[in-house]
Amino acid sequence: MKKNNKAWLYLLPAIAFLGVFMIYPLVDVLVYSFEEGFNFASQTFSGVGIYNFQYVLRDPYFLQALKNTFILVVITVPISTGFALLVSLALNSISKFKELFQTVYFLPYVTNTLAVGIVFMVLFKKTAYSEGLINLLITFFGGSSVDFIDGPYWAKMLVLCIYTIWIVLPFKVLILTSALASVNQDYYNAAKIDGTSKWRIFTKITLPMISPMIFYLVITGFIGAFKAYSDAVALFGVDLNAAGMNTMVGYVYDMLYGNSGGYPSYASAAALILFAIVLTITCINLLVSRKKA
Amino acid sequence: MKNNNKVLKFFTYLLLIVWAIIVLFPFYWMILSSIKSYSAYNAEYIPKFFTLAPTFENYINAFTAVPLAKYFTNTLIFTVATTAIMLIVTILAAFAFSRLDFKGKNLLFTLFLSLMMIPNELVVITNFVTITDWSMRNTFMGLILPSVTSVFYIYLLKENFEQIPDELYKAAKIDGTSDFRYLTKVMMPICQPTIVTVVILKAIECWNSYVWPRLITDDSNFFLVSNGIQAIRESGFGRENIPAMMAAVVVISLPLIILFLIFHKKIMAGVSRGGTKG
Amino acid sequence: MKVVLEHLTKRFPNRNKKQGGFVTAVSDVNLELPDGKLVGLLGPSGCGKSTMLNMICGLEDATEGKIYFDQEDVTNIPPEKRGVGMVFQNYALYPHLTVRQNIIFPLQNLKGDAKLSKEEMNAKAEEVAKLVQIEEYMERKPSELSGGQQQRVAIARSLVKMPRVLLLDEPLSNLDARLRLQTREEIKRIQVKTGITTIFVTHDQEEAMSITDVMVVMKDGVIHQVGKPQEIYDNPINLFVAKFLGTPAINVFDGEVKNGKLYIGEDCIKDIKGISEQKVYVGIRPEGFLINDAGTFHCRLKGVEVMGRDVNVVFTNPNHDGYCRAIIHNDYAGSANKKDICFDLKDNKILIFSKENEKRLYEEE
Repeated sequence: MKKNNKAWLYLLPAIAFLGVFMIYPLVDVLVYSFEEGFNFASQTFSGVGIYNFQYVLRDPYFLQALKNTFILVVITVPISTGFALLVSLALNSISKFKELFQTVYFLPYVTNTLAVGIVFMVLFKKTAYSEGLINLLITFFGGSSVDFIDGPYWAKMLVLCIYTIWIVLPFKVLILTSALASVNQDYYNAAKIDGTSKWRIFTKITLPMISPMIFYLVITGFIGAFKAYSDAVALFGVDLNAAGMNTMVGYVYDMLYGNSGGYPSYASAAALILFAIVLTITCINLLVSRKKA
Repeated sequence: MKNNNKVLKFFTYLLLIVWAIIVLFPFYWMILSSIKSYSAYNAEYIPKFFTLAPTFENYINAFTAVPLAKYFTNTLIFTVATTAIMLIVTILAAFAFSRLDFKGKNLLFTLFLSLMMIPNELVVITNFVTITDWSMRNTFMGLILPSVTSVFYIYLLKENFEQIPDELYKAAKIDGTSDFRYLTKVMMPICQPTIVTVVILKAIECWNSYVWPRLITDDSNFFLVSNGIQAIRESGFGRENIPAMMAAVVVISLPLIILFLIFHKKIMAGVSRGGTKG
Repeated sequence: MKVVLEHLTKRFPNRNKKQGGFVTAVSDVNLELPDGKLVGLLGPSGCGKSTMLNMICGLEDATEGKIYFDQEDVTNIPPEKRGVGMVFQNYALYPHLTVRQNIIFPLQNLKGDAKLSKEEMNAKAEEVAKLVQIEEYMERKPSELSGGQQQRVAIARSLVKMPRVLLLDEPLSNLDARLRLQTREEIKRIQVKTGITTIFVTHDQEEAMSITDVMVVMKDGVIHQVGKPQEIYDNPINLFVAKFLGTPAINVFDGEVKNGKLYIGEDCIKDIKGISEQKVYVGIRPEGFLINDAGTFHCRLKGVEVMGRDVNVVFTNPNHDGYCRAIIHNDYAGSANKKDICFDLKDNKILIFSKENEKRLYEEE
């Protein structure tokens, strides 16, 4: 094929957009994060150093966000992956209504996180008029009701986790179902002929076969959970700091914009810290998966 | 053994049905609540699972008391424009990478791929500043421009374009077909399924986008549905008018759900081919 | 249209970049292909024949040398301006277009004065479709056609612009054996009818021999021999050409010329004039053997392959590695206990090659 300089013409729009909105910002965010005392209005700064990072790491709101995010990650990633596996296995073992179930399970993926989050809020919330459906269920089974939206920390965390799992499960179920379906049926037949027990088939054949996909889901699950934000907004409103339910991404945005905003330097520092954490955990994940494989 | 199987099957279906109910219940609840009248809803200390007196007043309310129609058209414009521009940008780039030969191609493509690792959160800060500097806050341009390139879709399309046999290109060259005509008349029709997938995935992403629009718009004339619903939640109908809020939620959820019900096979196949959310 | 190649050379950068340097795919080819004939480029895979075809149609630039169509130098002219049609091995039909749209596609690229109206395009498409006999399938998609029909569509598409030269790259290799026979006759018929100079590439010598007017045998980027198929078969200029043509392949024995006679082992095959005393390769075509118990050539019978009309007698000889095959024109069945077999040899089927450079050694008449 002939060398073709016209190629650059085809690439021009992509390069231009990526350059302005991706590569330049990457450099810029580093610059911001080291500019101390940056004033957004006058676009000036007083010095260069690591003060922004120090400030962010000492900011109680950031520490709260860090804690929330970690709890969210630690709870939702294993539970959602494990439960997705369970659901996929169940889906894969049936023949009737399989497609119907699959379609239903995928529904949350295409819904607006903010919109459905409000439904969750309504279901879990205690108001003057009503205990909320979930609380009624709890009292029906003999528990005592609790306000999940404006109540104790653990209750708020619980709703956030439940909603996050509800939102992320469709993707995981879809990926695992297709991974399970693509395992060659001959392996199962061979195992059956050998009289292998179901549990042994699962641990010795199914799991190893789909383990790359599980690792993929764990890695993307970690990344996704670390970036949680809009689900929290949907449940607790825009002022997450006041609700004590902010996430790290939420902290970045709040520093940038809104009532507490106007500090791109702090936002940049926080974003870089977040990126460093995600990168570290992804690398650890990759190392672990490489070792096992 | 046989009994054992039956028990297992029972629990399998039980699990599936319970999960299906959990998935569907919020949808049911929002529709149900949206057709209960305000007074009926608030009178139910123990909420009822059905209503005998459905009303559309909440929907009327949703469109009149808050500018839901405005949010709706904004989102439509944003989604269509972003998806269309993105499609052009990514297809052109994918074509160059898959079909044309130029100096530094591999290096540039590697660079593109490495950009896939960069989280949006990292660049959003500067983009916010950039768009503000360009005085593009509260404009469609400001909303659209930063989201019209996707390295992932360039990658997806390039992979697909490369599956078209070389001979087709050679045959077209011998017949004097220009590169651009080859792209539009041969490659795009052949890769139509992938292009449709990309369009659907991007449209879903646009319809649900929240963070960037929130940063870049504070004029409710430019709110998208996500921001609109958040505004409604904070102040719209008065916090307690849940039925009206639910009506709004139904309205903004419906387009994607309809789209999904029509194209569910395509969408699911597209997503499982490597789409990720967020 | 006469096609003339002058010192045509193509070098590719070495694929293994660490080694560097170049790989020569086509090396200093000089060739004149006559007007209105069907020319076969024949050679084992990787011999450079496809590269040559690509240079003729303009998909590849020549590293050195010139290409002329009649007097016109087309070396630096882009493919679409050369007036060539090309049929690809896998047909390269556009899968999303119907047969009609596929055939019209090249016409739609015409610009300016050459631009055609819809009716004219359709008329042209109908015309070529008739020529290749696919007019009933015009509205079908390629995937709804058989391999042979797809082949015809590809030919129709390449003919619709009335090219000066038609190029076919391995046109038959994707067809099953029976269709191949039929299609090669079809290609011949279309070529004769249109009178377009046609060049086709193949690695199948039988295919080339059966329909070409002129055959070009290539190996390692070099042309070994050019001529009519039968001439090349009867008079190959070297051992490679001799071995490459004919099934079963020619049997090559180690032999020696001494005292004016040709020997294979102890057996004296024939008298020789004009070849000096030396060790040689002796090639004997399978049809050159006649069974005769009193024959001069002694071998060991291994078995008989029944081919229908003929039988292949399989035998060994100490001066030949592996099995030799002779085609015998009767229902010779051999006999179970008789393992020795003797042949008389037809004089004109014995070819002698130098051991030094594998070139043919010619006797004096």
